[in-house]
Parts: sequence; C-alpha cells; structure tokens
Amino acid sequence: MNSAVISALANDPVNNTDQKSIIDSIINENRTRPGATMVILNEVQSQIGFISESMQSYIAQTLRVPVSTIHGVVSFYSFFTTQPRGKHTIKFCMGTACYVGGTPQLIEKAKQALGIDMGQTTPDGKITLEVCRCVGACSQAPVIVVDDETLGRVKPSKFPQVVRQCQE
Amino acid sequence: MKYFRSHILVCKDPDCIHKGAHEVMDALQDELVAEGLINEIQVLETSRIGNCWNGPEMMVYPEGIHYTNLTVDDIPYLVEEHFLKGRIATRFVEPEKSVKDEELGAPKSKEIRVVLRNCGKIDPENIEDYIAEDGYAALGKALTEMSPTQVIETVLASGLRGRGGAGFPAARKWSFVAAKQGSDKFLICNADEGDPGAFMNRRVLESDPHAVLEGMIIAAYAAGIKQGYIYCRAEYPIAVKTLNIAINQARAMGLLGKDILGSGFDFDLEVRMGAGAFVCGEETALMASIEGKRGEPRPRPPFPADSGLWGKPSNVNNVETYANVPQIILKGADWYASMGNEKSKGTKTFAIAGDVNNTGLIEVPFGISLREIVFDVCGGIKDGKQFKAIQTGGPMGGCLPASQLDLPMDYESMTAAGSMMGSGGLIVMDEDTCMVDIARFFMEFTQDESCGKCTPCRVGTRRILEILNRICEGKGRHGDIETLELLCKEIKSTSLCGLGQGAPTPVESTLKHFREEYEAHIFQKKCPAKVCKSLISYEIQPDICTGCTVCSRNCPVEAINGERRQAHKIDPDVCVRCGICMQVCNFNAIIVN
Ligand SMILES: Cc1cc2nc3c(=O)[nH]c(=O)nc-3n(C[C@H](O)[C@H](O)[C@H](O)COP(=O)(O)O)c2cc1C
Ligand code: FES
Repeated sequence: MNSAVISALANDPVNNTDQKSIIDSIINENRTRPGATMVILNEVQSQIGFISESMQSYIAQTLRVPVSTIHGVVSFYSFFTTQPRGKHTIKFCMGTACYVGGTPQLIEKAKQALGIDMGQTTPDGKITLEVCRCVGACSQAPVIVVDDETLGRVKPSKFPQVVRQCQE
Repeated sequence: MKYFRSHILVCKDPDCIHKGAHEVMDALQDELVAEGLINEIQVLETSRIGNCWNGPEMMVYPEGIHYTNLTVDDIPYLVEEHFLKGRIATRFVEPEKSVKDEELGAPKSKEIRVVLRNCGKIDPENIEDYIAEDGYAALGKALTEMSPTQVIETVLASGLRGRGGAGFPAARKWSFVAAKQGSDKFLICNADEGDPGAFMNRRVLESDPHAVLEGMIIAAYAAGIKQGYIYCRAEYPIAVKTLNIAINQARAMGLLGKDILGSGFDFDLEVRMGAGAFVCGEETALMASIEGKRGEPRPRPPFPADSGLWGKPSNVNNVETYANVPQIILKGADWYASMGNEKSKGTKTFAIAGDVNNTGLIEVPFGISLREIVFDVCGGIKDGKQFKAIQTGGPMGGCLPASQLDLPMDYESMTAAGSMMGSGGLIVMDEDTCMVDIARFFMEFTQDESCGKCTPCRVGTRRILEILNRICEGKGRHGDIETLELLCKEIKSTSLCGLGQGAPTPVESTLKHFREEYEAHIFQKKCPAKVCKSLISYEIQPDICTGCTVCSRNCPVEAINGERRQAHKIDPDVCVRCGICMQVCNFNAIIVN
C-alpha cells in the first residue's frame, strides 16, 4: 500500500475512536426504526460529513445487510458523499430561476477565482465547490449557499468577497 | 406563562436576511435591552410577513402594524416612537398595504389567502399562536361531531384536488384507504417539493406547520390510519426543524398520540428526510425512500391505496392539499367550492420567479388568467421588456407563449395547452430568453435526475439532450426537429413513472410554440435571443468604452486587452462567452452579435 492510502485509512472515521462512537450511537439509536437505513445514513452524513467506503462496510456489517445495499443507497442520493468536503462548501443553485438569473456566469467566476472545478476542493482543504438544486429562494436568484447560509442576488463581482470570508 | 405586552415578528426569509434582517433583529434586541423593555416585549422570528419585497420587515402585535424597509439605524427611532411613546412610526408603514384582513387580501391584488392565511401572522414555533387563529378547531369538530364518512363527504363536496400536480380529488383517495380493513395503513405527506422554482410548500411548513399537521390528522381520521410520515427534502433543514417542534408541541397537548382529544382515535407522526433526489417526489419512489431504499419508482397499479409503504394501504398527499383541509372542515364545503372555477375549486399558491417585477409567493383562486397573474398580481415584466413565455409545472411542464396568456389557470386548461399545473412554480421569461436553451436546461435536469430504472427515460432523455446540445452549439442538422418529436412521443408513452412521461413536455411545448427559434438555430445558425454561446460573439464598442478596465479585470479567461483609458478589445478566440464583461460594464459598451 502506498503512503497516501495508509494515511487515508488511518484518518478514516471507523479508525478514529471519537468518530466511531458517534457512528455507533447513531446506529444504536435508530436501528430498530422502520426504514432505518436512510435515517442512519442521513445522520452519519450530517454529523461526520461523509460516508467513506469503510464506513459503508461497517454500517452494513452492524445492520446485517449486504454492503451493496448500503452502497446502492449512498450512491443514489446526491446528498451523500463518499469523500470529505472542504471546511466550507459553496453550493451554486442551478434551479431554473437561478439558471436564468445568472448562476452559469457565477460558476465561471468561481472556477477562475479558485482554480478548481465544480465538485472539487481547494488544495488547502478549505473550500469545496458544488452545484445544487433549487433551494427555494428563487426570488433572490442567483443564489449560492455557503455552508448553511443562503445568499441571494450574488453578482460575479461579489464572489471574491465570499471566498475571502471562507478563508478567514 | 410569561406575559408580554407586545410581540414583534421579524421576517427571516432569505430575501429579508439578504437585506439585513439578522442585523436588524440584533439591533432591535439590543435597543429593547437598552431601554429596559426586553421583559415586556418579545422578539420572534417568522417567515413571510408580506412578500419580502420591502424587507427587512416586521410585524408588531397586538396592534398588527407592519413595518417595512427597515435598517439598523432606524431601530432606535422606531423603538422610541412605538414602544416608549406608543405612536405608530408611520414612515416605515406602507400606507395602502393593509394587513388587517390577511385572509381575503386586498381585492385589488386578486389574492385570496387560505393556505397562506397564517403565514407571517403567527409564530410558527408556538402552537398557542396557531390555536388562537382557530387552530385545531377543525380537528375538534371532525373528531367530535363528524364520522369519518362525513369528513370524506365534506372534503369531496369541497372539490379539493391534490396540489402535488396531478389534481386527483383528495378525499376520493382517502375513501379508497378507508375501505381497506385493518389498521396497518399509512398516511404520507409529500414535502419533497423538488421542482426548481417552487417554494410554496417550504413557506407553509416554515410558517404554519400546524395547519399541515391538523390536515393530516383529519385525513388520518377519515381514512382510519394510525401512523403518518412527512417526507421532507434535505434542502429544507428549517422546515424539518419547525415541523419537529410543531409535532412535539402537538403531542404534548394531546393532539397527536393516543386518544386524541379524548375521542379514542390514535395517530402519530414522524418526519423523514430525503437526501437530494428529485424522483423521490414521485409517490412510489418516495415510499421506497422512506423504507430506506434507493428512491426508485415502480409501476402503478398497484396504487399506494392498495399497496403502498411496506406493502400496506397508504395515502399520499401534498403539503398544500393537507393545509387546505382544516379550513374546509371549519368553514364548510360550500365556502371552499365558491372559489375557483367549474372543475378546479379553491385557491392555489404559486411561487413566481424570473423576469417579473414582483417575484415571490402568491395565492390566487383557480381560474384566474395567466395574464392577471403576470401583469396584475406580479406587476408586469421587469425593466419594461417584452413578455416572452411563462413556464408552468416545473421540469415536467411546458412553456406557454404570449398568445396563451388569457388561459385560465386550472388543471384542465394547463394540460390542454400542452403544459401542466404542476405543484405551482411559475417562471416568467422575457425577450432575452432562448427557448431552445431553456428546453435544453430542463432536459439536463431530468436527464440528471432520471433514476435509471427504465430505458426510455434513462437513454431517451440523454439522446434528446445530445441533440439539443448540438443545436445550441450551432451544429443542428436537417431532421433534428423531426427526431426530437419522435423521441418525445416515444419517451412519453413508454416511461415507467411520471418523470419520464413528463420529461419531454418542455421540448414538446417549445417546439410547438417557438418552433421558429429551433429553425433559426438549425438552419441559420443564429440564436435570436443571443444566448447560445457558440452562436454569439461579444464586442466592445470603441466609441463608448472608457477604458476603465473593469471588464478585463473580471474576465475569467483574460480575453480582454487594452490600455487604461483606451478602448478595450475582446479576443474572440480566447473568449468563452460567459457574459460577465457585459454584466460588469458600467457604460453599456459591450454588445452581443
Ligand atoms: C417525478 C415526479 C416528481 C414529483 N414531485 C412531487 C413533489 O415534489 N411534491 C408533491 O407533492 N408531489 C410530487 N409528485 C406527485 C406525487 O407523485 C403524487 O402524485 C402527489 O404527492 C400526490 O399528492 P396530491 O394528490 O395531494 O397531489 C411528483 C411526481 C413525479 C412523477
Ligand atoms: S432556483 Fe435557485 S433558489 Fe430556486
């Protein structure tokens, strides 16, 4: 195994006592609920931030279901990610109103400003760029979501300011 | 309970937050503390007091004064005038906008608020506020004075149809489930609102969650159901939070759980969250998702009423469908049926986005014309431009041109015109919109969201998208239009679920109403609206350019050259036609060819 793989494994939440106990308690709290898989995966995604392959196997083992079932669910829904995101996530709404309202231009600007593509994370691990579906703030188009905060009427010229706030 | 002499509700919708609602609320609290009023006056968050057009806004009760256009600097004056001197600070009050009669709205605006009646008026996190507005009175009436059959008959007579898109009579569905033996049945509220451009359900869930709960409990009583689920999309975390608070409060008051209001009827509810898959709005996919599986739809029949969640009889309705129910029970079927037109009764909420002056949320009676919505309720097209099309029904709906503006807004008329009612997102487009590009955009959406289970939808949407991409790139060929028409027809008739069956609608409707735009792209290699990147070029007019360098500094690909104070030039080989330069230019020196 090369060193990158070894360090990735060492950093995996299933090998980290704190994070593993979070996963365990999520599973224990929810496993008897009907339709537990979705509830557990949603919780793990929101508390740990991603669901790696080894986490998927671990959850599958504990729930006594095939890994393929868990993987099937994780890969179906766009909210589940298998890799950690950056410290901050900037999502660009690509709903109709925002598309018409200028998200494509904003994305060009963002890619230029950060030198990464959509779906990628900056090398310093600070910012991840993503596109997302309509967030229901259409009258504010174009809309971006920085972590949990929704920002509306974002002009390309305002974008560097958003980046600066994330980098602080 | 602590007693407050006044309550201030501050709107915390994205629109208002954007304009500084957080800061205004902080300033307000600081000022009340400074004046020693904080124990007498309570500051609460709410959503949508007005239309967020004049945010930040707030509402002061018990007086019912609606203050708008506030800034942090106005707060000390406002607190002094209103709360110390007891005078209305008139300069922040919109004179003609009377908010006293929320329920019927000002006649001029053509709005009637049934579903939105409490929005912004009550604190969504306080069940007592809801009860003060006749909340849970309908539940009491249903449980004590009416039999389940009477509830079904009343709702049937009101003409209430499903607001999720298809418009099936709500109570008819309940009666199917009611006819099933046993108590292993489920009631589901579809709060997946996946249509881009639609946010009516979110607003109701965030500002009047108890109306949805009450409607659900009544429906459960009518259909003899003991367990319910609300499936809410992951994009709406505030709605999930508000719902959970509401459910806990209702449970604490004995309005959910065992023996509701001493009637012997049991019902409980749980919120389940989606995880970002549009197809989960389709009822069979939604149930698969609640079961913890991939959200893939399955063929119907069997319909959910026969075999739904975990194979048990289930009833699925939209948020707005349920939110209408308490009012119908309370005010009667005749009252409800008096609104709307022949086949579509009551009111409908719409989320308006796009190029109109007033975007936001409205609630109007069915049967109102599209023209009235666009030009009367929403104040016409922005910047004095021309109306071009209105998109109804989301990604499975269609685009209607100006010639169809006099159509009444109801289920049948929309379908007949080649679009659909959908859940209520309306996007108004002006002359600068390219209809081929819009069709391509929707195809990209459905292609991406197709779950992949059935071939016509998975492969067919991709083929359509490829052709549309080609046309937009100026590589359209003879015969493309015919191929598109054929593909649309095939996909429509052979797809498994509503997603595939509806996916071709945007293409079909634009082909029908804007065929000449397709032809211009294909045969003349021109984009009449000057949108499609490959068919346009940007040019700086040297006599207008002041050489301020703003464009060259903002160009993502460094395609613009020129000395400061000298006219700049765009290198067409480097330019990616993103249009940023045109947006940032302060002198309108940049034109599109
Ligand atoms: C692809 C697809 C997406 C849908 N999305 C939604 C949705 O977001 N919300 C909704 O209420 N209904 C949606 N529906 C309709 C539901 O399948 C179902 O008809 C509806 O929830 C029934 O409720 P109603 O009778 O109250 O309208 C969707 C249907 C399809 C085919
Ligand atoms: S389209 Fe962007 S918030 Fe709705």
